[in-house]
Parts: sequence; structure tokens; C-alpha cells
Amino acid sequence: MTGAQDDGTVLRVEGLSVSYGAVQALRGASLIARRSEVIGIVGESGCGKSTLASALIGLPAPGARMRGQVEIGGRDIVAAPERARRAMRGAAVAMIFQDPMTSFNPVLTLGQQLTDFQHRSALPRRARRARAAAMLARVGLPDPELALDRHIHELSGGMRQRAAIAAALLMQPQLLVADEPTTALDVTMEAQIIHLLRELRHEHQGAIVVITHHLGVIGELCDRVYVMYAGEIVEEGTTDEIYHDPRHPYTQALIACDPAHIAGTVDRLPTIPDRVPDLDPPPPGCSFAPRCPVAMARCRTDAPPRVTVGPGHAAACHRVTP
Amino acid sequence: MSFAADSRTDGARPRPRGALGRLMSEPMGATGAVLVALFIAVALFAPLIAPYDPLALDIPAKLQGPSLAHPAGTDQLGRDTLSRLIYGARTALAIAMGATGAAGVIGLALGMMAGYGPRWLDGALMLVLDSLASLPMILFALAVITVLGPSATTLVFVIILVSISGYARLVRAQTLGLANAEFIQAERTMGASNLRILFRHLMPNVVGPLLIVLSMDVPVVIMLEAGLSYLNLGIRPPVPSWGNILYDGYSSLRQQPALVIAAGVPLVLSTIGFTFLGEGLRDALDPRLKGGGP
Amino acid sequence: MLRYTAKRTGLAVLNLLIVMVAMYAMVFLVPGDPASVALGPRATPALKAELVTRMGLDQPIWRQVWNFFANAVQGNLGYDVWSGRPVLDQILEAFPNTLILGGVALGWALVLGVALGCLAVVWRGGVLDTLLGLLSVSMIAVPSFVIAIYALLVFAVWLNWLPAIGAGTAGDIGSQVRALILPSFAIGITWVGYLARLVRASMLEVMGEAHIRTARAFGLSEFRIVTRYALRLAIIPTLAVLAVGFGSILSAAVFVETVFSRPGIGTLIISAVAKRNYPLVMGTTLFMTAFYLFIVTAADLVIARLDPRVRDVFRGG
Repeated sequence: MTGAQDDGTVLRVEGLSVSYGAVQALRGASLIARRSEVIGIVGESGCGKSTLASALIGLPAPGARMRGQVEIGGRDIVAAPERARRAMRGAAVAMIFQDPMTSFNPVLTLGQQLTDFQHRSALPRRARRARAAAMLARVGLPDPELALDRHIHELSGGMRQRAAIAAALLMQPQLLVADEPTTALDVTMEAQIIHLLRELRHEHQGAIVVITHHLGVIGELCDRVYVMYAGEIVEEGTTDEIYHDPRHPYTQALIACDPAHIAGTVDRLPTIPDRVPDLDPPPPGCSFAPRCPVAMARCRTDAPPRVTVGPGHAAACHRVTP
Repeated sequence: MSFAADSRTDGARPRPRGALGRLMSEPMGATGAVLVALFIAVALFAPLIAPYDPLALDIPAKLQGPSLAHPAGTDQLGRDTLSRLIYGARTALAIAMGATGAAGVIGLALGMMAGYGPRWLDGALMLVLDSLASLPMILFALAVITVLGPSATTLVFVIILVSISGYARLVRAQTLGLANAEFIQAERTMGASNLRILFRHLMPNVVGPLLIVLSMDVPVVIMLEAGLSYLNLGIRPPVPSWGNILYDGYSSLRQQPALVIAAGVPLVLSTIGFTFLGEGLRDALDPRLKGGGP
Repeated sequence: MLRYTAKRTGLAVLNLLIVMVAMYAMVFLVPGDPASVALGPRATPALKAELVTRMGLDQPIWRQVWNFFANAVQGNLGYDVWSGRPVLDQILEAFPNTLILGGVALGWALVLGVALGCLAVVWRGGVLDTLLGLLSVSMIAVPSFVIAIYALLVFAVWLNWLPAIGAGTAGDIGSQVRALILPSFAIGITWVGYLARLVRASMLEVMGEAHIRTARAFGLSEFRIVTRYALRLAIIPTLAVLAVGFGSILSAAVFVETVFSRPGIGTLIISAVAKRNYPLVMGTTLFMTAFYLFIVTAADLVIARLDPRVRDVFRGG
């Protein structure tokens, strides 16, 4: 255990690639998250977000091949054998899953599962249960003792999502991965859960990675953003930079399509034409070129360089200049 | 979770088109189809294939082992076992297909009545059918045989009685699902009569799954016929049935085991054949019906 | 849970009542009076008259119906036409033998089937997996009485390892166990492949569910996931099938008991059918139906206990 490095880096992903057979779902992704930082990963469905999320907790889908590094607290989860990966999961890194209805066991009570999830803890069972109750109270469940004896289908949608957040926080992981934490919720619930996550980010000592297709969530929660397209990170920067000075044509299109950014009334919501390309194999050159309004001949043949436009702000595009 | 790979990970081998092609492309379905075709051919052409008259007695040649003259040996009365087994195929298939067919038709009618008729009728029919299904099949069959007396007619009647409940319930479930389907609703708003909806729209959609289940029940009925005939409560001798030939073999097990061994073979092969065919048909036509039991 | 129990039990009782009515009606719907049916065509008038009085057939029909139900509720299922013994006594004498036979058959089949099913999951796509797929379908197809006869021929007659008939000597556990081996093999073999395939299928399905991924994401060991998180869900469909399969186990027992001349419900009812001893046939059928309904209902209640979603669906509907 080397522990977190001096600059406070909790998560360091270097050149991470994940492939399923001939399909290269994730290609050379690199990112960093520091202590007390919330980073966002945004992109359309099919861009490799979920693959990245699975890789971050060291639990790739069956048949997936991972290359590169995912260091959590200085330990590489990709290189680690399954046994060591298992030891990191739940303790060093925990995940808030997309749909809490299906991601909790339907026949065990919430209490049974929340005590099980603390299996690395030295506490006796009673104390673990008390801890689970305290955590449920912390995330705003009205009657935690009662909820512990409930099955997941007996809770309301908002309560389920709160329980999922409580589960992830149980072991105080260095890294918290939230995979589409509000997708399964309605608008009011979404606002409440975002509010809760914002509160928690101040208490939580580790880093939080929020994975979503929803720009609004990013704007509300994150310090820095990574924009993904077709298995690659195409732009990174602070939330401010991404919102107000997007450089990559894909990011610009994404921001333009966000209903929150459209002033006045429009006849049709803008969309990005065409769809995400096949990754079997990925196209040569820039993968966004076929849909890009400003693509040049070079874009279709040469891979774009990573251009730094400011401290911490970079985009992978031939058109971008520092 | 959606992985980009999901839609493309399956099948290096393209699935053959058409139900028959799919059936014959799987070893299980193909084996079943061949075995069943063989048994049907044997049953149809029994008089041409059988070397002897299945009822011809030859007491001096009783209980012989396999020989050139009698490939499967002879029974207590010197009748040729092979010929009796060949004619037994006729009995088995006639009873099994006739009874399942009749039960299927009755089940279809009852199920569509329950699924499409008024609610009270549905409730009443379902209660009776559920109760019928709660009777252990074999005991119910034996009770009916006690009252009516054992005969081929009773046997068919019993088979129909014990199987309609399952068919009717299947048809009812399918009908209920379809009755609310959009195309039926559309038909209704255009003023189609109930009869037209039932026969032109519901029935063709319901018959498919029913046929698959019927085909899977044929081996069960073959077993039941053979079992009851073995107990001398089904097909009565001297009419050859695999069941009563098996009983003849059982009663002379120590003197001449060849008879009982030969009698079991067509039973085993035909039930395996029909089961394989049924499974293959289901997989080829409607994988949703998976999960039938013994 | 209480409401579910009450509703489910009520339904079972209703089913049983309908079965009783049907059985009773059946005897009266056939041409000829029940006494002649029972005694056959060669009975003397005096014998017939005596039986008519004994069975209460000379009383008005509403009285007969009432008597039948009142007696049945009190556990009186009528009297043997030939020996005059109470039907229930004979049933209770035979029933434990059949229960033991079915229980042992199912027991070893369950242990072997679940183990093979789990192994097939572990070695997915391997030789055992493929073999099991083919074997299980064949095992379901082959009639148990054919297996019984072949087993008897090989192990009892040719090899002379095990007894060919009977249930063993009373009080001698060793001989009773030896007498159980072949019959329980013949009945259970059908279930081994079937259960293995069922456990394999439902286990694979459960292991692909999102909550298993959650358990893995929290670093729980694979062993704990299988035994605590998956098995309980995977066993539910198996349990439902087992309860319903009781009917086919009983069918198998009837034939297998006859093959091995083993005392039990099967041999009892077969000899009664042959002698047209219909109070005994009706009584046995009624008794076994009640027992079957009890098993199915109990299994439903256990399933509701294991899977809280089931009882909530029922509550809602």
C-alpha cells in the first residue's frame, strides 16, 4: 500500500483500453481524480461510459480485455489478480448503481445486504447494522430501522436511490463511482438526489466520479469534466471551461443540444446528425469526423493530437489550436 | 448497462431459415424427427413389414430367444415378438395421436371460451379445470377405469380427461393476452362479430403454441398407454400393445429375458424420439414455451 | 403473509370439494347401479341386495350425498367391498411405504441433480454440460417402469445383488434399505437430469442479474454470492416444479411398486381396480388428491416465504 500520492491523486487512469473481441469499446482513456474532487464523465449512450465505470471498479464484463492502468490510491486494479481486486472493491472503491431496483437482491432485506457489504469491517454484526442505520439516516431515509427490515421492492424510488448511495458510502471508499445516479428517477427526485450528493461531497474525503449522459447533472455537481465519444476522451476541462468555452466540435454540439442552453422557443430541438460509429473496428482518423460539421480531409485519415488549450483544458482535434 | 458489443457477440453461424431447417439443423431435433418418421412408417406399413401374423399362435415354438426365423424371439404362445412389436407401434401411435388430438380440440374450445367469454364463465371453468389438474393423473385415470371398465375406448377417454385441463389453461392464457392486442381491438371497433374475431384472428394465433405442447405430450401418452396396458387396464390382449407385450415379458422374465428386453426397446426409442422432436420443435418455433417437466 | 396463507388454503379446500363432487357424480353417471358395477355381472341378487344396504344405496339421493360428505370430513372414506375393512385403515397402512419410496427417490435425485446443475454452471460449455443437456432430455423421456424392469432383470435376476420383490422384512432396516435401492433408482433417475438442467438454467439466469454484480462490486466472495445471494433465488423455480412433480412421482410409484410387488398406495389401488373395489379406489384417489393439494399449497407458501415479491403480487391482485 503506497497510499495516496502527495498531490492528492486518488484515481489515475493511464491509457486504459477495453475490448470485447474485435470491438474496442474504450481506447486509451486517461484521467485523474483528486481528493475531494468531483469529476464528471459525459457522453451519448454507447460511448464507453459504462465500460469505463466497470473498469474503474475492476469488474469488467465477461469476455472483456483490459489494458492500461487504473490506479486507486496508488494500486493498479487492472494488473491486480482477481483476489486483490476483490479486496479493493467495496473498500477502496464503491459504486452507486444506475437502477437500485434491480441492483439490490430482491429476496434479502436491505439490512442483510448493508451488513454484508461491510464484510471487510472488523465490527461485530450488530455494530455493522447500527452503522448501516446511521448511514441510511445520513442520506435522509425517514425511518432507517424500519427500512433495514424491508425488501427493496417495498421502498419508493427515491428511497431506493438513497439506500444505494448509503451502501456505497458504508466503507468510506477513497473513490466513489456513480453510474447514471439519477437516470431512473423523475425530475423532483433527481433534484433531491443531486442536492444530497452535493451535501455529501463536502463530507466525503475521497474522490467522486459521476458518469452520466445528462449535462445538467454535470453542471450541478462536478468540478471537472471529461467528454467521451466513441470510446475516447475527446475533451477535458473544468466544468466552466466545458460549458462556456468548449473546443471540440463534439462538445460544442453536445452543449448546443442541451435543452437548458437553448434560449427562446425553437421549432425543433437541435440534434447531432447520424449516430455513433461502429467500433468493430473503429474508423481511422478522428472517430467524430463522419458527423463533424467542420471536418477536413486530414480528420478522416490521421488520428487527432491532444491539444492543450490551457492549464487542465485539452481537446483531441485537428481544428483546435492552443 | 449497454455494451457496444451486445448486439454482435452472438452467432458465428447463421441460423437457417424456416422452421424445418432450424429443426433439422440441431442434432436433437434431427434425431427426434428421424426416429418419429421411422415409427410412423412402421405403424403405417405394419402389414408389409411384419414377418408374421401378430396373432398367429405356434405353441411348440414358445419363448424362443432371438433367431433368424424370429429376430426378437417368441412369447408364451409362440407368437413372433417382432411382428407384435410392429403392430404395437400402430396401437401406440393411433391411441397417442388420436387421444392427444381430441384432447387438443376440446382444450382449444374450452380455453377460448374461458379466455374470450364472460368473466363468470371464465371463473367457473378455471375453478373446474384447476380442480381437475389437482387430481394426481394416474389415480384419476385408475378411478375412471374402475367405473367404466378397462377397454381401448375407456383408455382414450381417460387420456382426454387428464390432459384437457393443461391445454385449456394454455389456450386461455394465450387468448387473454391476444384479446387485448391492438389488432383485435381494431377489428372490434370496425364492428367485427365475436365469432369472426374468435375464428379468424384468435384461433390461428393460439393453435401454434398448442400444437407444440401437444407434440411434447405425445410421449407422455405413449407411456400412459403402455403403462396401463402393462397393468392390463388399457389395451386388452390379444391386441398387441407395447405395454402388454412388456407384461408378457415380465411374467416370463426368468425363463426368457429376450422377450422383456425386446419389448422395452421400442418404448424407449419412441418416447425419446417424440421428446427430442417436441423439444426441437419448441426451440425452432417458440422458445418462450421452454421449461416443461417430466 | 397471513392473508396469503388463508387465501391459498381456501383455494385448495375448494379444489378438493369439487374433486369430491366429481368423483361422487362419476359413480352415479355411469349406466347401471354402483353395486352391480362393483360386484360384476355374475353376482347373485342376494349378494347385491346386501351390498346395496351396506353402501346405503337404498336411501334417497340427497341423504347419500350428505352421508358421503359427512363421513369424508370425519375421515371415514367407506368400507372395502370385499373384506369390509375401513378404506382409510388400508390407505394409512400402505401410505408410509409409498411416502418413503417417493421421498428417497426424490431425495437422492435432488442431491445429485443440484450438484450436477451447479457443476454444469461452473464448467459452462464443457463436456459435462453438453452431456447433461442430452442425457436429461432422454432421462425424462424413458418410462420409469421400463427402467424398473430392466433394473430388476440386471441387478436382481442376473447379478442377484438386490432383492427383486417386496419392501424387506419388517424390523430389519438393512433388508428394507436393500429393497428400496432399485425402486427408488427407477423413480429418481428421471429427475436427476431434469433437476440438474433446471438448477443450471435458473442459476445462470440469476447470476446474470444486476444485484449479483452489486454483490461483486462490494467485494463479496463468489462462494458467498452463490450460496447466499443466488441459490435462494435459483431454488425457487426448482421447488415449484418439485411440488407439481409429485403427481408424476406418484404415477411412477404406482408402476414401479407393481413391478417390484412392493406394498404401497400403487399396489393397493391396482389390486382394487382389478377387483372393481370402488370404495377403495375412490377413497385412495381422494386421499392422495388431498395430500397432493397439501404439498402444492405448502410449496406455494414456502415460495412466498422465500420470495417476498410473490405474496405482494397476490396481495395487490
